[in-house]
Amino acid sequence: MNNEIVLSLRNLSKRFGSVVAVDDVDLDLHRGEVLALLGENGAGKTTLMNMLFGHYLPDAGSVQLRGADGGMHDLPLGHPQLALEAGIGMVHQHFTLAENLTALDNILLGAEPLFRLRRNRTAARERVQKIISDTGLVAPLDEAVGRLSVGERQRVEILKALYRNARILVLDEPTAVLTPQEADALFENIGAMTRNGLSVIFISHKLREVLAFSDRIAVLRRGRKVGEMPTSSADGQSIAEMMVGAQAPATALEPMEPGQVLLELRDVSVKGGSPRESLHSASLMLRAHEIVGIAGVSGNGQTGLANLVSGLAPPSAGQFLVGGRPIERFAPRHIMDAGIGRIPEDRHKDGVVGSMTVAENLIIERLDAPEFRKNGFLRRANIRAHAEKLSAAYDIRGPGVDAKAQLLSGGNLQKLILARVFEAGPKVILANQPTRGLDMGAAAEVARRLLEARSRGAGVILISEDLDEIMALSDRIMVINNGSLREVHTTDRNQIGLMMAGEAA
Amino acid sequence: MIRIEPRHAPSRWMTFGIPVGSALAALLLAAVPLSFAGAGIIEAYQEMYKGVFGSVFAFTEMLTRATPLIFTGLAAAIAFRARLWNIGAEGQLYLGAMAAVALGTGQIDAPAYILLPMVLLAGALAGSLGMLGPAWLKLRFGADEVVTTLLLNFIILIFVQMMLEGPLKDPMGLGWPQSMPIVDNAVLPAIVPRMRLHWGLGLAVAVAVVAQLMFSRSVWGFRVQAVGENPAAARHAGINVRRVMLGVAMVSGALAGLAGASEVTGLKGYLTADLSPGFGYTGIVVAMLAGLSPIGVVVAALFIASVFVGADAMSRALAVSSYLADLVVAMSLICVLIGGFIARNRVIFTAGARNKS
Repeated sequence: MNNEIVLSLRNLSKRFGSVVAVDDVDLDLHRGEVLALLGENGAGKTTLMNMLFGHYLPDAGSVQLRGADGGMHDLPLGHPQLALEAGIGMVHQHFTLAENLTALDNILLGAEPLFRLRRNRTAARERVQKIISDTGLVAPLDEAVGRLSVGERQRVEILKALYRNARILVLDEPTAVLTPQEADALFENIGAMTRNGLSVIFISHKLREVLAFSDRIAVLRRGRKVGEMPTSSADGQSIAEMMVGAQAPATALEPMEPGQVLLELRDVSVKGGSPRESLHSASLMLRAHEIVGIAGVSGNGQTGLANLVSGLAPPSAGQFLVGGRPIERFAPRHIMDAGIGRIPEDRHKDGVVGSMTVAENLIIERLDAPEFRKNGFLRRANIRAHAEKLSAAYDIRGPGVDAKAQLLSGGNLQKLILARVFEAGPKVILANQPTRGLDMGAAAEVARRLLEARSRGAGVILISEDLDEIMALSDRIMVINNGSLREVHTTDRNQIGLMMAGEAA
Repeated sequence: MIRIEPRHAPSRWMTFGIPVGSALAALLLAAVPLSFAGAGIIEAYQEMYKGVFGSVFAFTEMLTRATPLIFTGLAAAIAFRARLWNIGAEGQLYLGAMAAVALGTGQIDAPAYILLPMVLLAGALAGSLGMLGPAWLKLRFGADEVVTTLLLNFIILIFVQMMLEGPLKDPMGLGWPQSMPIVDNAVLPAIVPRMRLHWGLGLAVAVAVVAQLMFSRSVWGFRVQAVGENPAAARHAGINVRRVMLGVAMVSGALAGLAGASEVTGLKGYLTADLSPGFGYTGIVVAMLAGLSPIGVVVAALFIASVFVGADAMSRALAVSSYLADLVVAMSLICVLIGGFIARNRVIFTAGARNKS
C-alpha cells in the first residue's frame, strides 16, 4: 500500500484505575486501506478506537490527521464532535439508531440544524442515494428502522457516517451480529468504499474474515501492539499465537455413544414479548453424553429457548419432558430440582447479585440445602468453607470469597457461575453464550468443563452466536431462525449460514 | 470540568461518616435561617441542646418522640431494602392505631398480659392489611407502589376522620372527634415513673435488633437482599420474588401499624385524627439517614427526635418558629442523599475544558 498516510496515532495510552487498557500504541492508516485491528476481548481494541473518536481522553499520546491542505494536523482529543468534523466516522457494536424514525431520518438526524422550519429533504435524499449507488449500501430509506434487519441497520449506520463526509470509518466488530452471507456483502461494500478513497479500520477477533478481507493487520494483546503486517504475508496460525500469546489449545471432540434421552421438547411454543423471546413449535431431543449446539443470528429466539429451559418462561403449547416426565410447575426452582443447570447469557443481570459476596452467590441456588441453613438462619461457616473449596477447585480469582461479586472480572464471574452449576451435578446443562466476552483462557476453561460434563453423562444445550465454537464443541447442531429450530445434517459453513438466514432447508 | 466516576466499593469509613456528616451538616446549615430569624446562633444551639439533654424530663420526651420514628423508620428501611417503595407508613400507622382502639377500649375484658399483646398484634395486622392492596396491585398489574401507598394515606386519614365522627366516636367525648380511651389493661406501661416515656420504646428497639439479626443472618434476609439488589438474578436463582416482595410488604406494613398502636396505647390513650405529625413520612428520612440498617434506624430516630424536641424548646425560649425542626430534617435528608452519591461516585475536578487547537 503506497498511498499517503491519512491518520496516525502516536504513543496512545489509557489506564482505567490500575488496569492499563492501552499501552503506548502507534498506528498508521493509509488512504484507501482496510486495516484490521485484531485481538482478544479486552485487548484494548475498542478503547483505542474510542480514544480516536473522542469518547475517552487518552492519558498520553496524540492523534494526527491529514487535513484538507495536505498537511498533518493534531486532532484535539476527547471531543467526539471535533472527530466527526474531521471526517472520522464510527459504527459501534450496538447501534445507535432511533427505531421509530425512518432510515432516512436517522441518517439526517444530528447532521442538520435542530431548529429549522423547512428541511431540504429532496436534496438530502439525493445525496444519500448517491452514496448508496457509489457504495452498494442498499437500505430502504423510508422504512422505520425498527422494521429493518440487523444487516440493513448496520448499513444505515454506515450511511449515516458517510453522509457526514467521513473519510475514515471505524467499524467495531461489524460482523458479530451478521450471518456469514451478510458479512460477505458488508465486505464487498467496504471494498467499494475504499476504492473511492475511504480508509477503514475494522475491529474483529475473527481470524477468518480478517485474513480474507483486510489489506493490513495490526494485532493487539493486553493493550500493546504485538504485531503488524500486510495481510498478504500473514498466516493464520502465527496471528492466532500473537493474539493469545501462546499456542491456543485445540479442543477436539472425542466421539461418544449417546445415552438415554434426558430432555425433550415436543412442539413447544413460547409466547414472548418480542420475537427474540418467542419460540414456535420447537422440538429438540437431548441425550446423555451429548452436546447439542444451537446456532443462529442473535435475536432469533435464543432468548425464548433459554428462558424456557431456565424455567423463566412457561411453554404456551407443546410438551417439555425431563427424563421422560413432563415438568408440571414452571419456575426456576422446579427446573433446577429436575436436574437442569443453567449458565445464563447475561452474567451480570441474571447470573449474580453483584452487590452480594462471592460466597453468597455460590449458594444462592441452594438456599434450602440443610448444609447451608439451620432453623431459618444461614450457616455462615459452612457457606464460607464451601466458597473457599469452590474458589480453589474452579480457580476463581479475585479479592476473596467475602468480596462483592461485582469486583470479579468477567472470566472469574463466569467461573463462579460454572462452579455453582457444576457443583450441583446437573443432568442437563443449558449454556447460553457461555464464552461471550471471555478471553481465550477463560473460554477454554468453559469448553473444558462442558466437555467434562458430557463425559460424565450429562447433556448440554449450547447456545452460541459463534459458529466456530458450535462446530468445535457440538455432537449435533441445530439452527434457530425466527423462533424455529431445525436440525442440521451438514458441516458446511455456507449451508449452515444460509439456514441461519432462514433461506434454505 | 467535573467528571464523575463510580467507585468500586464505598469504604467502611464512609458507611458511618456519611450519615453522621450529613446530620451535622444539616444542623450547621440551620444557622442560616436562624440568623434570618434574628436569633443568636450560639444561644439557639444551646437552647436546643438543653431542650434534649437539659433534664431527665427533656431526655425522656426525646425518647418518647423517637419511639414511633423507630417503628416507621424500620417499616421504610425493610421495604426499601427490597426496593419496595412503601410511602404509606403514615396511613398504615393510622390503621394500626384504629385497630388498637377497636379492641382496646373496653370491647374485650381480659388481663393485661393477654389484652395488651392482642391489641398490639391487631395494630400490626391492620398495618399489614393496609399494605396488602398496594402489594397485590404491584405484583399483579405492575402498579407503582409509590403512587398507591402515597394516595392510600389520604384515603385512610379521611376514613379515620369518618370513623371518629361515627362508630368509633367517644359518646362521653363532649362531641370531640376522638375515640373512647384505652382501658387500663391495654395500656403500655411507663418506663420512668411520672414521665411519658413508655415501653413502646423497648418494643421498638427489640424489633430493630430482631430485624438486624434477620437481615444479617437469616435465609429470609438473604432472599430479601437478593431480590432488592438484583431481582432478575434472584428469580433466575430460584427465589420466589413475588413471595419475598409480598412478605416484605406485610412486615413493613405491620411495623408501621405497630407505630400507631404503640402511640395510642403508650402515649395518647385515645385516637384522634392528629395522632401523627407525619411520623410515617419522617420515617423515610430516618431510614435513609440510617442507610437502611435496622440498628442505624434507632440512632437516626434518636437524632431526628432530638432535632424536633430541641427545636421545640428553642422556639419556646427564643420565640423562633419551630418549623426550623422540619427544615433540619429535610436538609439532613438532602445531605444524606448527596453524601450517598459521593460515597458511590468519585467526583473529579479537572482543569481546563476545551483545548481548541
